[in-house]
Amino acid sequence: MAKIVLKPKGEIGITVEAEVIRPEMLAAKKRDEIERLQVWQGSEELPLGDFFDVETTGEGSSDETTIVIDGDVPRVKYIGKGMKSGRIEIRGSAGMHLGAEMSGGSISVHGDVLSWAGMEMKGGLLQIQGDAGDHVGSAYRGSWRGMTGGQILIEGNAQSQVGGGMAGGQIVVGGSVENFCAIRQNGGLILIRGNAVRGLGAEMTGGTVAIMGSIRQFLPGFVEVGREESLKLGDLQIEGSFVKFSGDFAIHRTPKGLLYWREG
Amino acid sequence: MAVTIIKNGYVFDPLNGIDAEVQDVFIKDGKVVVGLTGAEARDAKVIDASGKTVMPGGVDSHSHVAGSKVNAGRLMCPEDHYRSVRRKTDITHSGSGYTVPSVYKQGYDYAAMGYTTVFEAAMPPLEARHTHEEMRSTPILDMGAYMVFGNNWFVMRYLKEGDLGKAAAYVAWMMRTHKAYGIKCVNPAGVENWGWAKNVQSLDEANIHFEITPREIIRGLAEVNEMLGLPMSLHLHANNLGHPGNWEVARDSLIIPSGLDPKSKAELEWAQTKESARRRQTIYLAHAQFSAYGGTSWRDFCSGASGLADYINSVDNVVIDSGSVPFGPATTMTGDGPAQHDLYMLTGQKWSNCDVELECGSGILSLVYSKSSPVHSVQWAIGLEVLLLIKDPWKTIMTTDHPNGGIFTQYPQVITWLMSKKARDDTAKESHKWAYDRSSLGGVDRELSLYEIAVLTRANPARTIGMAHRKGHLGIGADGDVTVYDLDPTRLNVNDPEALRQKFAHPEYTVKDGQIVARRGEVVAVPEGRRYYCRPYVDEALEKEALADVKEWFKYYTVGFSNYPVPDKYLKNPVPIPVNKPLEAVARR
Repeated sequence: MAKIVLKPKGEIGITVEAEVIRPEMLAAKKRDEIERLQVWQGSEELPLGDFFDVETTGEGSSDETTIVIDGDVPRVKYIGKGMKSGRIEIRGSAGMHLGAEMSGGSISVHGDVLSWAGMEMKGGLLQIQGDAGDHVGSAYRGSWRGMTGGQILIEGNAQSQVGGGMAGGQIVVGGSVENFCAIRQNGGLILIRGNAVRGLGAEMTGGTVAIMGSIRQFLPGFVEVGREESLKLGDLQIEGSFVKFSGDFAIHRTPKGLLYWREG
Repeated sequence: MAVTIIKNGYVFDPLNGIDAEVQDVFIKDGKVVVGLTGAEARDAKVIDASGKTVMPGGVDSHSHVAGSKVNAGRLMCPEDHYRSVRRKTDITHSGSGYTVPSVYKQGYDYAAMGYTTVFEAAMPPLEARHTHEEMRSTPILDMGAYMVFGNNWFVMRYLKEGDLGKAAAYVAWMMRTHKAYGIKCVNPAGVENWGWAKNVQSLDEANIHFEITPREIIRGLAEVNEMLGLPMSLHLHANNLGHPGNWEVARDSLIIPSGLDPKSKAELEWAQTKESARRRQTIYLAHAQFSAYGGTSWRDFCSGASGLADYINSVDNVVIDSGSVPFGPATTMTGDGPAQHDLYMLTGQKWSNCDVELECGSGILSLVYSKSSPVHSVQWAIGLEVLLLIKDPWKTIMTTDHPNGGIFTQYPQVITWLMSKKARDDTAKESHKWAYDRSSLGGVDRELSLYEIAVLTRANPARTIGMAHRKGHLGIGADGDVTVYDLDPTRLNVNDPEALRQKFAHPEYTVKDGQIVARRGEVVAVPEGRRYYCRPYVDEALEKEALADVKEWFKYYTVGFSNYPVPDKYLKNPVPIPVNKPLEAVARR
């Protein structure tokens, strides 16, 4: 087993694009090799060592490697981008695009994350103990194909467009979401334990979204199709009495999207 | 004095009847010459092409590379750009975009693929400035643009009144004013109806208000084209495009100009060719694949290519380009607003739409052609059938209708399918079974030779659009545009399709005007290209009458009349081609 600890050296001004921080890139590298890896900050390419103190212990392949970021890094983007294996633990908050396009391994964050966490994720596990920004597990600008696999677990709240264009996998939000959660969803599962503001399931053509709290403005493109007691969705068992809707008829003649709302 | 010798290559130059002969090509001051003096030869830049294939620079006669719809396609698809990025080098700009690249990337990618001449297939008059701005910014390539006339209010009005003279006068004035190269006709009568959310379904259905039929517009514009004597024939995007069962409409449209003589009254200096470099056709059908559909619905959809090909095999006045579908992401963009809307209703993909005032319309839709789709698989087959079932290669041009059927950087893949039955069979196996079940492609054994590929990608596109006076061949006086492929024709193995594709994708050399512009896919020089357009003339009195009508209806335009023309400064290296010029006007000049 190998452990690589990156300790932030201080406050970062212009955001740093650090897609090199993933097990595949850091595993089996010596401390000075890791420090010399190049990252972009604005128009400059600089060594990772300018931003982090690096310590390594043990040895191992990428799936045996844990990267620990020991502190807050809200100005560091793309951590774990495209990672396939291993572990990243962030003992603080993380910047945008955390775990974007990851296909395996796991990331856990003790604090909050900014927007685009798990963007177009294909597999693996992304755990966030704090709050998340916009576009969790969604498609990137212009694209309609969001997350296709893996799991995103958020203990706090998330902002708008959670699971935009989602085609597979699972997102669980312990708190509440804001606008247009599940927009253009066509597969996969989203569970919200709290509330949603408006636009929940907009232009949805497939997949499932379940909400246990309130929806401030419900979309007119959804039609009630039944009721269910105690929902079983994948490996999730949720107690309560649910109203089942189908939609979004505003975008499609025969949409296969399902929206469950817990009464009371 | 810049002198280049391309030595010892196997030369394929169909307009000069040269088929794999080992020859040297001499280029002096940008032009092909018969030979060099001893001193010139000593100072010459020598390209060793031993064991390699030498062809004239590639000519694309139908591609969407400049103008407002192209740019709208870029704006609609950020995902097309952040996934395809080109880094800048010491001599090139950065760029982005896969299906619709930025202007710089377009120029570099074409040149790196061995193409030196590319014509924009649809320029709406009101968007002419935008089109010229993008062409001006496109590096390396020689370009020109065809102007869209098939639903133009003045054209429809004059043709309905039977006033061919005034129609010709108007077209001539418009082409000079907007610096256009040829006449394009998109879904005649139908796009005008699209303003009322309608289309036309047959060649004899009159449209709203103007009460003119597609047949009358096609015949009228074809006659205007030959009255003016433009270097290129009428270029038609047929009615009912993209609909099952449309092949008969396409065939019937091609019959309409029968009996007209192809007449070019352009003042040009002709480089030497053994074969005639003058166009034979009076109608040039765009992207035949989209107009060669059988069946009656998407359920019984099948190829209609053999019916269309049979007709074309029986006549001499038609050329087609293929609009082949090589699978993968595409951005469809045409002046055919209603066809694009139908495609949107079918696919639900991102769509935008535009009405160009008194002139035309357009629509854009982003989509992915997938091998698992039955319809797309048949489209792939049709896009190859139209090139393989038409026997005479001088009636066909290979395109993907970039970026509609596919991306121009996929041309090497299309060439590979045309040259290798194995390549087609391999792809058919990976595709939906409709590919061979609903087309005749599986039974086609024909494999095109390198000579025929040179016809389809250089000689014939140049001849069809009237550019063979200097492009598409290597005769004395021709432009020194040459592509050298690392292909030994004596050891050609078409059963290794991927190797073949690679060779066409990254030519050893692309030479433009005698200068090496690309080497194995790397751009090594960035000269400025030329911009061709026609300056047709008619009787001055007639033109005055037409202009009075234009000014009267200009109240319906949102721009002022003085802002309508494209100023000269919009063109870099313009090459105007005088057409039908009265002798006295020449003398006065």
